[in-house]
Amino acid sequence: MSSQAVRADRGIITPFNVIAGIIVIMGMVLTAWRFAGGLGAVTNLDNHYPWGLWIGLDLMAGVALAAGGFVTSAAVHVFGMKKYSSAVRPAILTGFLGYALVVIALHYDVGRPWRLPYPFIMSQGTTSLLFEVAACVALYLTVLFLEFSPAAMEWLGLKRARLIVVRLMLLLTIFGVVLSTLHQSSLGALFLIAPGKLHPLWYSSYLPVFFFVSAVVAGLSMVIFESSITARYFADKMDETHKQQKTTVAFGFAKAAAFTLAGYFFAKVIGIAVDNNWHYLATGYGAWFLVELLGFVALPAFLFAIGAREQRLGLVKFTAGWSVFGIILNRLNVSLIAFNYHLPASERYFPSWQEIGTSIFLITLGLIAFKFIVTRMPILYSHPDYPDEH
Amino acid sequence: MEGILTLHDFMLYTKSVTYIIVVGALLGLAGFFWFLNERDEDPDENPPAEH
Amino acid sequence: MALTRRKFLGWLGAGAAATTAAAVKPAVAASNKHFEGHPDSNAVLHDLVACVGCRRCEAACNKVNDLPEPDQPFADLTVLETKRRTTEKAYTVVNRYDGLRPSGQPVFAKKQCNHCLEPGCASACFVKAFTKTPEGPVVYNPKVCVGCRYCMVACPFEIPAYEYQKAFDPEVVKCTMCHPRIMEGKLPGCVSVCPTEALVFGKRKDLLNTARQRIARRPDLYVDHIYGENEMGGTSWLYISDVPFEKAGMRMDLGITPAPALTAGALAAVPMIAALWPVLLGGVYLMSTRRDKEAHQEKEDALKSAREQEQAAAKAALKKASEDAAKAQQKAVEKAVKDALAQAEKKREEEQKAKQQAQEAGQSPDGQGQESEEES
Ligand code: SF4
Ligand code: SF4
Ligand code: SF4
Repeated sequence: MSSQAVRADRGIITPFNVIAGIIVIMGMVLTAWRFAGGLGAVTNLDNHYPWGLWIGLDLMAGVALAAGGFVTSAAVHVFGMKKYSSAVRPAILTGFLGYALVVIALHYDVGRPWRLPYPFIMSQGTTSLLFEVAACVALYLTVLFLEFSPAAMEWLGLKRARLIVVRLMLLLTIFGVVLSTLHQSSLGALFLIAPGKLHPLWYSSYLPVFFFVSAVVAGLSMVIFESSITARYFADKMDETHKQQKTTVAFGFAKAAAFTLAGYFFAKVIGIAVDNNWHYLATGYGAWFLVELLGFVALPAFLFAIGAREQRLGLVKFTAGWSVFGIILNRLNVSLIAFNYHLPASERYFPSWQEIGTSIFLITLGLIAFKFIVTRMPILYSHPDYPDEH
Repeated sequence: MEGILTLHDFMLYTKSVTYIIVVGALLGLAGFFWFLNERDEDPDENPPAEH
Repeated sequence: MALTRRKFLGWLGAGAAATTAAAVKPAVAASNKHFEGHPDSNAVLHDLVACVGCRRCEAACNKVNDLPEPDQPFADLTVLETKRRTTEKAYTVVNRYDGLRPSGQPVFAKKQCNHCLEPGCASACFVKAFTKTPEGPVVYNPKVCVGCRYCMVACPFEIPAYEYQKAFDPEVVKCTMCHPRIMEGKLPGCVSVCPTEALVFGKRKDLLNTARQRIARRPDLYVDHIYGENEMGGTSWLYISDVPFEKAGMRMDLGITPAPALTAGALAAVPMIAALWPVLLGGVYLMSTRRDKEAHQEKEDALKSAREQEQAAAKAALKKASEDAAKAQQKAVEKAVKDALAQAEKKREEEQKAKQQAQEAGQSPDGQGQESEEES
């Protein structure tokens, strides 16, 4: 098992550290390049494609995948599903890191990052859905930080501050769900203003609904996916509750994801029906749309259901990865692949290696931070001083 | 689609189709829900990990 | 009677209003409001029939806006071989379209910001960098622009360009309709140099009439459509043509919905979600905790009654046991007494027997006496 090999040599020179180190050095070079040379120096963005990989993947997909935080905390704190309590902290942590990365990525993407607070302090463009997204992401990042902070405070031994936050948990959770609903859907609503550019099969007045529902799926799948990863690499950090709840979480979330995906499937079909877009299904884009709809919505719904029915943990884990990939594909479809569908192939966008490298760099930063925190703070186990307070 | 020239006609057509799909969706979802839960009605009463 | 009736209708009205207010209507931006835009705003009419493709407008635009030297001089018409769009170096471009006219003459179409009546760029900008001025031009304020480029996504005509090459102060650029010149009472640069009637500047109202007149005068020549009259809610740059617009690089599938109306529904949902989600979630929380508590209570109750039952059962058992014990004891006593009596009786009988035997043995002591010894 490679996990054992990784754990065996505990020195600084582990495969993870070496690869991460190389990526970080590359990322730092790219960062200097980007900020000294401008967007034109490192990206393939042009006037037809103002938004590229950094928006399509880092923002659109990143925010969707970070939805596990609000989904899990809502299930446990609001709906009272105590049997999933051990999934809350890992999900909140991934959510927090995910949103932090989104905000960092935005600094790379906008032309004048030091002006990012302008929408709030200088000039409020309240008619823009981007204003709504910016406000919610900023607020939600704060909420996630607070939701995550008890773990850090337990680690640091700040008992009193921790108690205050723990008392606020329900409030924070509800606030987090409201903010998530708003900005997850608004990310889809960003494209409502461009009916001429987004292919009719993807453009729909239901875009905000689609984005929200698929974000819930992404969140659920990410929790399963991530717990299978942590179980593999950080098993030594897990306490009994986490180990025991792990399968309950996987099967419970798989069922929820299956059912949500089924609803999403029908919603998408209704989306075609209300705009009478059936004839597009016979085109090339239609085939691609069907690949997404059948291969990455219907299929994972079915596989999740089988996995949960027959208690096949391996299948559930695989499907979680599959459906995460499907949501990423959907976000890329909306923001890049089906965007500017009317342009000739020669004018279409493909990311530069620097854009791809920067995205990989940011994801690596997230992984490093995750590893650092999980190996130190009570994320996968309850702190001995604060047992059983989930 | 050729015969559709007014918004009203368009909506009559698309809404009718939508209603049919909605019925299908409800049936489909109900069936899927059953499919999802039928197997482990008994074991889920006492999930092993809960205790 | 009439008064009562009116009162009644009034109540009815109030009730109806309350019901509509309660129903969520996210698709409505501002109920049934209708906006005409700035009165007397200016516009430019571009007549494709009159355009000769001399590119003088491009040159003039470059000059009045102090743009960098183009790669090829404006007099070089080979540039028209490729289809171009507006860029950070060219606020306007003229494109040539061949094979559309029966005469074989090429068609030329000028492209620049259309200065929408309800601009998508302005609706999309999250720092209000764009403004539709009362004079007609849509102008940009670089002082607040963050560089998110959502305006470029939003513009249906693919106009705004970005200075990607600049590292520190990149800006969005597009035609300004020569707003500064208009304020000085001058014509836009491009219009002022046009050698034909292909570009005309004036009040939008008047230009719509001019366009209609030109079409009416040559109905055999012109397509019966004024591009920009309604496209995306209407624009301040209007076009008339003798060839189908979509063949000359102008999209006919954009619709007539003004950009702000496209996002109005989603924006309207925001406050509703913010107001109703917490109520819903709070309710769910209260219900689930209540359910928990009830379940807890039920469990407690069940436990309690079980305990009571157990106790009762135990008591009953104890009672029965003690009763049994008492009974058994009594029986034992009785039995003992009986036994004792019986034994006593037996003893007495035996004694009597013995006496009798002894008496008998006294009469014949030989054989009988031996016998009695064996018996006892
Ligand atoms: S054409 Fe584009 S850039 Fe010009 S006003 Fe309209 S939306 Fe804005
Ligand atoms: S790039 Fe600038 S002008 Fe365009 S939407 Fe963003 S902030 Fe506004
Ligand atoms: S109106 Fe001014 S800025 Fe616009 S194309 Fe003409 S000359 Fe250029």
